[in-house]
Amino acid sequence: MLSSDKRKELQKFALQIRIGAVEAFKARGFGHVGGSLSIADALAVLYGDIMKVDPANPKWEDRDKLVCSKGHAGPAIYAALALKGFFPYEDLKTLNQPGTRFPSHCDRNKTPGIDMTTGSLGQGTSQAVGLAMGDKIKGRKCRTFLIVGDGESNEGQVWEAAMFTAAKKVNNLVWLIDYNKKQLDGYTEDIMDMGDMRAKFEAFGFEALSIDGNDLEQLYDALTKEAGDKPIAVILNTVKGKGVQEVEDTVSNHSMTMTEEVYDRWLSELRAELEALG
Amino acid sequence: MKIVYNGENDGAFKDTLGATIAGLLEADKDVVYLDADLMSCIGTAKCVKSHPDRAINCGIAEANMAGIAAGLSAAGLKPIMHTFGPFASRRCYDQIFLSGGYAGNSVTVIGTDPGVCAAFNGGTHMPFEDMALYRAIPGAYVFDVTDTVVLEDILTQCKDIPGIKYIRVGRKSYKKMYEKGSTFTVGKGITVKEEGKDCAIIACGLMVAKAVEAAEILAKDGIRVTVIDMFTVKPLDEELVLKAASETGALVTAENHNKIGGLYSAVSELLAGKAPTPIEYVAIEDEFGEVGPQDYLEQRFDLTAEHIVRKVKAAIARKK
Repeated sequence: MLSSDKRKELQKFALQIRIGAVEAFKARGFGHVGGSLSIADALAVLYGDIMKVDPANPKWEDRDKLVCSKGHAGPAIYAALALKGFFPYEDLKTLNQPGTRFPSHCDRNKTPGIDMTTGSLGQGTSQAVGLAMGDKIKGRKCRTFLIVGDGESNEGQVWEAAMFTAAKKVNNLVWLIDYNKKQLDGYTEDIMDMGDMRAKFEAFGFEALSIDGNDLEQLYDALTKEAGDKPIAVILNTVKGKGVQEVEDTVSNHSMTMTEEVYDRWLSELRAELEALG
Repeated sequence: MKIVYNGENDGAFKDTLGATIAGLLEADKDVVYLDADLMSCIGTAKCVKSHPDRAINCGIAEANMAGIAAGLSAAGLKPIMHTFGPFASRRCYDQIFLSGGYAGNSVTVIGTDPGVCAAFNGGTHMPFEDMALYRAIPGAYVFDVTDTVVLEDILTQCKDIPGIKYIRVGRKSYKKMYEKGSTFTVGKGITVKEEGKDCAIIACGLMVAKAVEAAEILAKDGIRVTVIDMFTVKPLDEELVLKAASETGALVTAENHNKIGGLYSAVSELLAGKAPTPIEYVAIEDEFGEVGPQDYLEQRFDLTAEHIVRKVKAAIARKK
């Protein structure tokens, strides 16, 4: 259960993550807007409260790890990491500029605080399994959080990794499925209907939860849950583009190219909300 | 380094694989061994009992296994993964390339039954392109091992070499080549026979012993050739290739692999840039594999000492 102070703090953090990501998109003119915004609340709870990390020592071995297998949500994670102090906030504006440390897709060799290189969809799942299993072998008491897209779940590798996670009881790995109902070409229902994701993960041997993935309270409860033998999978029912009305209302919001004016309008909306929180 | 070739068979690779992997698990607590339901084929099923946390059967899911290996590396461990050659290369190539190589992780990959060694498993299991695929991964290592002595030493070295290492090796035996306990240097080929300056045969894996046999046949005709074992296909021993090219002026490569992308390609790429030299090859002529006994397949695909002899004569004929 979140205290009201903590809830407000996380609400602010989630807004700041959205602002940071939009500022990065604005500096470059385009980017993966929808999927970065849908996952911002989960990132706020993870980096704002749940995960043990050390911005001064990003490679600290006993840290909790995050693998964002939907690597194109990088800009939202970069914003969270900047706000945590892993690197200067202004650096976010170098997104996708020549020689940048902040590419579209997450790269563990470029960005302090990024734990795995992802972007070729599906691959982060197995990497996260290996990371979590490696931590167990090393006797580290930490968890790995894996964010998987719903469109990404079209990839067979996702289900190979899910099968393995449950069969080998890799219960220090938490799966988060960003079920925002859309992929690049349209609605997941039309492209490749993923159906009942909770039932799928249960059938694979997980303790599967289905929550409002843009609700901080529900996220907090799910992410503080201790796993038993069965690993936990949390289906995050989210809205692609969450937090910016104009993006939410756009059907094709996976990757967007906008004018500075439009980005400024989005930023004003987000900043007004942040201000209202006091 | 003592060459002990006498035409006799070596011990079976699978016995050396089983013993070496078990030994590495025992000696280094950071070693993790992964397999895709083929442990029984290389005598490592016992490792699951002796090291249940670090000998992991991933089931028949090679892409997942390769990704897990990458994740283990990121956690500071030293993964060694095994499956048959086609599954260790084609089936999980993108995972090895990106989750492994591009992401800066270190994985040792063992692909068994290269080329015609897949014999009765047939064309589906017969990789003639695995070296080509692995050579194309920036910074990766490619070893086509000659005998069990090379296998034991190179596998042991690989666990501590950063990056992607691919070891292609049979499960049955090739011919005995090196004295037990010999050690080898990555990037350094071995001159196994230095008869003379008419031509040099640069061979790898299964074809090294056949090259020696070819050299013996040629010697009877008064043709003196040098035989080089280039088990280290990448990094290639450029110095040794250039020396052989300048001393003999005619080269023949021999490999149990497609002529595209393997040893012939590696040597030709070097020569084209630095020392254009007449070169012939013994390799698969850009074909798919097929089923049959290995000796039949060696004839079918011209992977024989007799064919090497023909190619040496052709190379010498092209000398100016």
